[in-house]
Amino acid sequence: MKQFEALTRKKDSQPVRYLIVDDSVFARKSLAKMIESFGGQVIGEAGDGCTAITEYTRTKPDIVLMDITMPQMEGIEAVEHIVAEHPDARIVMVSSVGYQDNILAALQKGARHFVQKPVKPDALYEIIRYVLNDDGVTTPVGAGGEASR
Amino acid sequence: MRMDLIQPFIGSLDAVLAEMMNAPAKIVDLTMEEGAYRRKGVAATVVFKGQIEGRVVLDMEPEAAAQVASCLSGETVNAAEAIVPETVCELANMVIGNAVTQLNDRGFQFKVFPPQILTEEQCDAAGKDSEATILCFETPSGNVHLNISMHYHRRRSRERSAAVVG
Repeated sequence: MKQFEALTRKKDSQPVRYLIVDDSVFARKSLAKMIESFGGQVIGEAGDGCTAITEYTRTKPDIVLMDITMPQMEGIEAVEHIVAEHPDARIVMVSSVGYQDNILAALQKGARHFVQKPVKPDALYEIIRYVLNDDGVTTPVGAGGEASR
Repeated sequence: MRMDLIQPFIGSLDAVLAEMMNAPAKIVDLTMEEGAYRRKGVAATVVFKGQIEGRVVLDMEPEAAAQVASCLSGETVNAAEAIVPETVCELANMVIGNAVTQLNDRGFQFKVFPPQILTEEQCDAAGKDSEATILCFETPSGNVHLNISMHYHRRRSRERSAAVVG
C-alpha cells in the first residue's frame, strides 16, 4: 500500500489516534491498514454503535471512522450520543450508502465529514487532514516524525 | 423486472470489482429464475425496504473472493480462510450501498439492512415466492453472480405521492 506523509498531532507530535467502528471485520482491517499507511495508530475498534459510545469514552480518540448501517445501534445514532457527551469529537462517516438524506442526517448530528465505500486511501487521507485542521501536521515519509518536532 | 432498477446494481458491481480486484469484469450471462436459490460459492445477502423492496445476493466463487481479500490485505489469502465470507459480505455491502445511492438520487427511498452470509437453509427460502434476475460476471479469478429480487411497493409509493400533494 502507498505510504503517505505521516499525520501526527501538532500538540505532542504523536501519531493520530483512531477509533474504527464497522460491523465488518474485513472493513475494519482494511481501514486499519490505511491508517497504518497514514502513520496513525488504531486505539480501538467497535462493531456497533453501542460499543462505539463506550469505546469513545474509554479511548478518547482523535478521529472516529464510523460506518452507518450496523446492527443494534446505527452509526448516525451513535454520532448523536458521542457528540452530545463530547462536542469536540471528530467523526468521519464511512459508508457504502451515500445518499443525501444519510449524509445530511449524519452532519446534522455532528459528524464532520463523509466518505463513501469503497474507500480510496488518497481521499480518506485528505479528509482526515481536513478534519484535523490545525491540530494535525504532516511529516515526510522516512523522516520518522522528526520534522514535526 | 424493470431494467432501470437493475442497471445501478450492474454498474455498481462492475465499478467495485474493478476497484477491488484491479481487473476487468464482464457480464457473460443474464437469466430470470423463480424458486429456491442455488448458491454457487460464498454468498451474502442484503435486504432493503422502502418504495422498492427486495434483496440482492452477491455470490462469488471462493477463488474470486480470495483474490479480493488478497488484494486488500496485501497477503495471499486461501479460499478456505474465515476472512473470505467476511470479504463477500463487505463487497455486497459496497455494491448494494452504491446502487441504492444511485436509486435514491432518482427519488426512491430505502432503508438498507446489514449484509448477512447466506446459508443453505436461507437459500431455500430466498427465492421461493419471487422472480429473480441473475447476472453472471466473469473475472480472471472466477465468476461472480448477482441475484436481484425486488418489487415496487405501490402502497408506499401512493402514500408518498399523497403526502407530497397534500
